[in-house]
Amino acid sequence: MEKLGINSIDELFGDIPGDIRIDGIGIPPGKDEMEVEREIASVLGKNISFDDMPSFLGGGIKPHYVPPAVRHIVSRSEFYTSYTPYQPEFSQGMLQSMFEYQSVVCELTGMDVANISMYDAATSLGEAARMAKRVSGKDVFLIPSNISREKKSVLENYARNAGVEIREMPYGDDGLVKLPSSADVKDAAGIYIENPNFFGMIDGRIDEINELKDNMDGLVVMGVDPLLLSIARPPSEYGADIVIGDGWMGNPMNFGGSRLGIFSCRKEHVRQMPGRIIGATADGGGKRAFCMTLQTREQHIRRDRATSNICSNEALCAIAFVSYVAVMGRDGLRKLAVENMRNARYAADGLSSVGFEIPFGWEFFNEFVAVPPSDAASLNEGLMEVGIHGALPIGEQFPELKNALLYGVTEMHSTDMIDRMVEATAGILGGEHV
Amino acid sequence: MYRMASYDEPLLNEMEDRKTAETKIPLPERIKREELNLPSPSERSVVEHFVHLSQMNYGVDTGMYPLGSCTMKYNPKLLEEIAGSHKVKHLHPLQHESTVQGSLEIMHRLEKTLCSITGMDAFTLQPLAGAHGEFTGMLLVRAYHEYNGEERKEVIVPDSAHGTNPASARMAGFEVVEIPSRDGRVDMDALRAVLSENTAAFMLTNPNTLGIFEKDILEISREVKKAGALLYYDGANMNAIMGKARPGDMGFDIVHLNLHKTFATPHGGGGPGAGPVGVKSSLEKFLPVPRVVREESGAYHLDYGREHSIGKVSHFYGNFPVLLRAYAYIMLKGSDGLKEATERAVLNSNYLMSRIAGRNYTLPFDGRRMHEFVVSAKNLKEKGVRAIDVAKRLMDYGIHPPTVYFPMIVEEAMMIEPTESESMGALDRYAEIMNRIAEEDADVVRSAPSDTPIGRVDEAGAARNQIFKWSDFSP
Repeated sequence: MEKLGINSIDELFGDIPGDIRIDGIGIPPGKDEMEVEREIASVLGKNISFDDMPSFLGGGIKPHYVPPAVRHIVSRSEFYTSYTPYQPEFSQGMLQSMFEYQSVVCELTGMDVANISMYDAATSLGEAARMAKRVSGKDVFLIPSNISREKKSVLENYARNAGVEIREMPYGDDGLVKLPSSADVKDAAGIYIENPNFFGMIDGRIDEINELKDNMDGLVVMGVDPLLLSIARPPSEYGADIVIGDGWMGNPMNFGGSRLGIFSCRKEHVRQMPGRIIGATADGGGKRAFCMTLQTREQHIRRDRATSNICSNEALCAIAFVSYVAVMGRDGLRKLAVENMRNARYAADGLSSVGFEIPFGWEFFNEFVAVPPSDAASLNEGLMEVGIHGALPIGEQFPELKNALLYGVTEMHSTDMIDRMVEATAGILGGEHV
Repeated sequence: MYRMASYDEPLLNEMEDRKTAETKIPLPERIKREELNLPSPSERSVVEHFVHLSQMNYGVDTGMYPLGSCTMKYNPKLLEEIAGSHKVKHLHPLQHESTVQGSLEIMHRLEKTLCSITGMDAFTLQPLAGAHGEFTGMLLVRAYHEYNGEERKEVIVPDSAHGTNPASARMAGFEVVEIPSRDGRVDMDALRAVLSENTAAFMLTNPNTLGIFEKDILEISREVKKAGALLYYDGANMNAIMGKARPGDMGFDIVHLNLHKTFATPHGGGGPGAGPVGVKSSLEKFLPVPRVVREESGAYHLDYGREHSIGKVSHFYGNFPVLLRAYAYIMLKGSDGLKEATERAVLNSNYLMSRIAGRNYTLPFDGRRMHEFVVSAKNLKEKGVRAIDVAKRLMDYGIHPPTVYFPMIVEEAMMIEPTESESMGALDRYAEIMNRIAEEDADVVRSAPSDTPIGRVDEAGAARNQIFKWSDFSP
């Protein structure tokens, strides 16, 4: 203060009109670290996590194991305390990692280019619908009626104000969306198809979707689980133009936050893409280098003409994703995908044997719909009493499915855990029958 | 002397694969994938790889990082510990409410606390970044006017605004009207000239991106309200006024905050962040669902039953680990601590400005600056040195450059925000190096950096070559 020639700190705030000056904030005084740690631990102690109680919830997010090496990599503070890499000479580590993330996503999806992340899968879908309109000049975006209602709501907010009209397509007896006729897609900006879909079903209609694509001016957008793509044919072979998804790899469930939205597309559309893209180049001496590229699409340059307003994204989650893929390795991922399928089938088998209906058949990945012979809510209450969190009731969103439950089963669900859930379920159902 | 580590680090696909066993895939032939070109390095080499890469990256923990408008303050390590709990990580967002009471309580407490800090009546924590908060805010503006039966199509932004402001307004379907600044502040005449029954909102950062407080704010607010429009606060610069003034008292109707700036959660190389949005009570009914509600029993509940809500802006409830870190930071600082952080940030900025602004780096516009300031390097042009050259040269001294070429209304702009975290010694060193660079031989400055892992990057080449993944390299 002396060096600035001021007597009071308040002089620095002299431009704030007197009427609105305050002195401090009406919140408690600061606490020391130990107190804060204890108080927060005590509040969070009211949560019951997967570690406390196994859960069989599906709905797009499921528990997966994160190798400790991934946690340690993203805990490098050179990574996590850095800003968006505007200065490439000081940010090669982050930039190369991001380039590797883009490479891995492109390999899984078969697309030519990926951005370094959107906020989540739902906002990826919203941006995809807007991009489909920019590319095609058309207005209608077709979606399956059976996507999560949260996603639908986000999509509506992204689409509506861009003049995109959302139309729903019903699903069939196999749980898959009924593909529209060529005439119906002719004038669409895009069509959205999920694989696996919200019911967990694997969509293997490669020829049919390619045929649709051939009759469209608009884009095919596919929503995927990257793990399924390690064993199933990539969206590029379905004719997809844009591929989105929840980038859960390496990222914990986190109550639904701090995960990433995958966004990738074909090269011909790259200038219409939202988000940050990393490209390879060289320094003055010809040494390989990486930097942010095609920034003229972005808000800091193009302002209101930008392809999107996105600035901060989920960059660190992308580092978790690529280090997860690297630690697991090619065959590790495939083994994991098969284990997920096997566990889910084992659980569905068990439930089927105690009277559940599996309405859409058995071609599912690691989520499936099962309908109990009695009320789903009281079943879940009963399970909770014996320390098991039941599956997700979806009857409210899909009244035609009444009591249906959406199960999510992964490598985290041991055989014992599944057996215990099925036995407890049978016990509750049996009790009700008495 | 400073040297950043420099490795000829291969890409993951250039590393040696470990031997692994093939898995039999139980899928029908027609959908089974045969080829999958993913690398399989050993865990040991993966860790080595990313440690090498991290050593070729600069973070706040490495040193001063004075990017203007980014508030690169120190991130207390306690926040990372807390967010690492299984009670945070292993929680499914669709669990029964009775099993997530701890998280809901944290969210509810944070909402109330942010209301106290900003003078707003209600907050949503759902937006996942600052620009996402702006987009949410613009959706609220739209819902508000529609509810009142009005169709207002324009959003006004000053020419000094962050690029996200016009982009967000446009995404929500508004036309953007940009007004010029006068003497580094909102030009009242220009504002009055464009305000009309067609104005939906005026978006303002205060202090603005020049670090100048809009002292006509109460008049601005009156004019905007008189036109029937809403006043939107871009909270990127909230670090300048905590405990000193509140946007709610200035007449702002909608506010977004960047928890990864003001509330010390790490930037993560560009996210995850969080962009909560606060509103005055007249706009509360439009906020995204679900709302976290505390019931009489003391239990917390996720309420979806809001007739006028805009719906959802992200899949679940926000970036919870970021929200939690911010709440822990606020608990650590408390009422006085937040005010002191602001005082120190403004003091640091003014001190650094007094040491940098002068003949080499001129200060555009008169008047006070707050937590950040913008200087122009235009006087160095006569010796052939530009702001970008100074920025690159700073790296050779081991410190991160400021934001350059923004705001666009200042020629050769260098936007500097030291935050409260830096010591007097660090500020002195920064100023000394800035001034030394101005005196250095132009060739040395123009060819910088030379002591970083790579030399100056050919960014135009990246746009031209379009190599976005490793398989794009020609064999």
